Amino acid sequence: MLNKYPLWKYLLLGFIVLLTLVYAAPNLYGEDPAVQVSATRGAKVELSTLDKVQDILKQADISPKSTILENGQILVRLSSSEDQLIARETISSQIGDGFVTALNLAPSTPGWLESIGGSPLKLGLDLRGGVHFLMEVDMDEAISKEQDQMVQDLRAELREQKIRFRGIEKDTSATGVVLRFTSQDILNNAVDYLKPINPGYSFQEKESSGVFYLTVAMTEEKLKSSKEDALQQNLSILRNRVNELGVAEPLVQRQGLDRIVVELPGIQDTARAKEILGATATLEFHPVDSETDVSDALSGRIPASSIIYKERSGRPVVIKKKIILTGNHIVDAQSGADEYGRAQVNISLDSKGGSKMSRFTKDNIGKPMATLFIEYMPTGKKKANGKAETEKRIEVANVATIQAQLGRSFRITGLDNAAEAHNLALLLRAGALTAPIQIVEERTIGPSLGQQNIDNGIKAMVYGLLAVVLFMFVYYRKFGVVANTALIFNIVMIVGLMSMIPGATLTLPGIAGIVLTIGMAVDANVLIFERIREELKAGKSIQRAINEGYSNALSTIADANITTFITAVILFAVGTGPVKGFAVTLAIGILTSMFTSIFGTRAIVNALWGGRNDIKKLSI
Amino acid sequence: MFELIKSKQTIDFMKYAKPATWFSILLIVISLGSLSTKWLNWGLDFTGGTLIEVGFDQPANLTDLRETLAAAEFPDAVVQHFGSSHEVMVRLAPREGVKGQTIGNQVLNALNAADFGNVDMRRIEFVGPNVGAELAENGGLAIIIALVCIMLYVSMRFEWRLAMGSVLALAHDIIITLGVFSLFQIEFDLTVLAALLAVVGYSLNDTIVVFDRIRENFRLIATATPEEIVNQSLTQTLSRTIITSGTTIFVLISLFVVGGALIHGFATALLIGVGVGTYSSIYVASALAIKLGISREHMIPEVVEKEGADQDPLM
Repeated sequence: MLNKYPLWKYLLLGFIVLLTLVYAAPNLYGEDPAVQVSATRGAKVELSTLDKVQDILKQADISPKSTILENGQILVRLSSSEDQLIARETISSQIGDGFVTALNLAPSTPGWLESIGGSPLKLGLDLRGGVHFLMEVDMDEAISKEQDQMVQDLRAELREQKIRFRGIEKDTSATGVVLRFTSQDILNNAVDYLKPINPGYSFQEKESSGVFYLTVAMTEEKLKSSKEDALQQNLSILRNRVNELGVAEPLVQRQGLDRIVVELPGIQDTARAKEILGATATLEFHPVDSETDVSDALSGRIPASSIIYKERSGRPVVIKKKIILTGNHIVDAQSGADEYGRAQVNISLDSKGGSKMSRFTKDNIGKPMATLFIEYMPTGKKKANGKAETEKRIEVANVATIQAQLGRSFRITGLDNAAEAHNLALLLRAGALTAPIQIVEERTIGPSLGQQNIDNGIKAMVYGLLAVVLFMFVYYRKFGVVANTALIFNIVMIVGLMSMIPGATLTLPGIAGIVLTIGMAVDANVLIFERIREELKAGKSIQRAINEGYSNALSTIADANITTFITAVILFAVGTGPVKGFAVTLAIGILTSMFTSIFGTRAIVNALWGGRNDIKKLSI
Repeated sequence: MFELIKSKQTIDFMKYAKPATWFSILLIVISLGSLSTKWLNWGLDFTGGTLIEVGFDQPANLTDLRETLAAAEFPDAVVQHFGSSHEVMVRLAPREGVKGQTIGNQVLNALNAADFGNVDMRRIEFVGPNVGAELAENGGLAIIIALVCIMLYVSMRFEWRLAMGSVLALAHDIIITLGVFSLFQIEFDLTVLAALLAVVGYSLNDTIVVFDRIRENFRLIATATPEEIVNQSLTQTLSRTIITSGTTIFVLISLFVVGGALIHGFATALLIGVGVGTYSSIYVASALAIKLGISREHMIPEVVEKEGADQDPLM
């Protein structure tokens, strides 16, 4: 008998090898230092921006490799990292407000490779350096705010209908509010009126010593959607804050029900990043209580409807507890200057916020309005459910006089200088959170360690590979060379596949997984070759020995690899971060090594020795 | 032909089954003893807290660093070299009343303010205590799910006595690997957990190769005792066992030596696991299968008429 593969098998093998080779190829090209220009809220990158960037560069005497406008961003490729730093500085100082410039490394993949979707491996933060944050949304606070809103809404609705109630307060044990009535009839009236206009709430009645209680609570679905809203809001706010940091290729992603992952590659000043991201804050507009004297209030003579807060400078202000508007209605806030060059902040609200503001300011022209900035600082203590407790710190960010009836967009003027306006705008933008968040996990890798991790990983891979290749050659001679060829293609295939799969990132444990695969991938060939040797010793003909060696070893190889594959899949499903990276390369490595060491080596063996009857001895 | 094992004779592995069993029992007792008294040296991933790794231009003096940090209100900081004498790792337990995520920067500022030359921030990790507990929970879950899935697969593919043998061998390997980590108080972090699962895969891989041969030989040879069959199968697969363990250990040593300090725990766990796994597939899995009474009758398959059985296999 002869061992021959039909032509189509060689064609298939060739095609697959070529395909992975092509997709692995972008990793051979280096990266260009680049500057990335993107817009924050309120601005837009347009063709005119591109012209402006090109002008700025020309004036600074920098000739970029290329400047392109893509996906609403401008990417300027430069020939050296010195140019990159100068370019960033000049662009960011001259391009003006609303744009962010960031340093980046752009892969210099040739156009033809890019056009077929080729791109280099995406490196994890442990290899390229950067920050990884895991943030948690305080859902208790989100629900508590929802309850406050319910108290206000229900009170207004009942008053409008002239249905009299004795009291209304938050239900501390449940997720709703409790209303008190003097008679069952009034309570019935209230239920009849409230129920149809408040879907998403359950109504429960109770009578105790002549007081009639009505508990209005959120239904499960309503609760779920409120939590979802809080998470989504945090997500979008974090995305905007991250944009303001000017990081190339940031990642903001939800994880589970109440967590958000933020990854900022290449960031070195983590303190600033944390300040901006971690400052969990909300914003509220309140009327100022100008009838109460500040010194009276300080000595305790203060109406129950008012409260005293301080400005950053320490000056106390008496504020009415009534909220005109919360910060989540703010769409945008930009600092600027009026026609006389005085600093101001322009604010845009959503439509609901606009009508609230309009209703309030109509009757209050000429009166002062305060902007409260509320920060949530973890106290370090724990709540009963194990989550960290936060403490409210309230500061008066600004007091301004209402000049006219305000609508969806208005401005705060009379600020001392541009820096103050800028700060206020930042606070306004950042303050639009309903539920506070806090960092529960941080992993920062400095750029030097990232590069070192890459170097170490590659070194380990090369040394491991050399040892294995040498051993296989010494032990199995020509068959060893065949196995080594398969092993090297195996690595190329892993790299090619990893580059092809969107979302697959290479991490340090991922490199370790590839190294481990190198050691274990030859197992299939060892099994096959040992089997061929046995068959030869048993006196079988050369061609028969090859055939039976492969077919007898096959089920063993499959069994052994499937179990490892199972563990890799479980690792991927349950693991986080670095463990996932390991699982991905391990799983891909198992698949590619099965392919190369069974199908690949058989093809070579068949081509070299399979079609000949004249061989006396195998070099195995 | 270059051969590791020249013996034409079947090696009588099972002659040493008894002492090997006692040896294994001893190792397990020591491991469990260490685990129950010292437990594991949990890494930051599981305990929560803050870790800062910094690099210096010249070799760092740990005593000076400790004093600086103690003066900056971090008297509980664990300061040690990491990788080389130029690199230092500072570890702090979770603190009451302080924002955990700001500690890293505070430590950096303290080091920058003191006179240590250029301080290169290499790594800051902060893990909240809740997250740590969750990671530990998920990790434990992963191992249990992996063991259950593998048990299901192996019992589907093999007779239950063999399945039992392989799963007990796995438990043996994991306990001993954990035992070494406990005994020498090597830090146990997420990458070690991943390595442990890789050990599960590897050790099973080894056992399955032997068991496949045992099954084959039972069907081939009608007259031999189970001990003889097992001995013969082990001898036939021995050179493969040694070569594969060898190549795997090559790459692991390479990882251990040049892979950098971050991957040390990972490489250590796999080195121990691969060593123990190779031993256990001979003396734990096979010996147990004999103890459980495998015999020829268990291995004779029901005859199933397979479609296309008379044609050439694909590969």
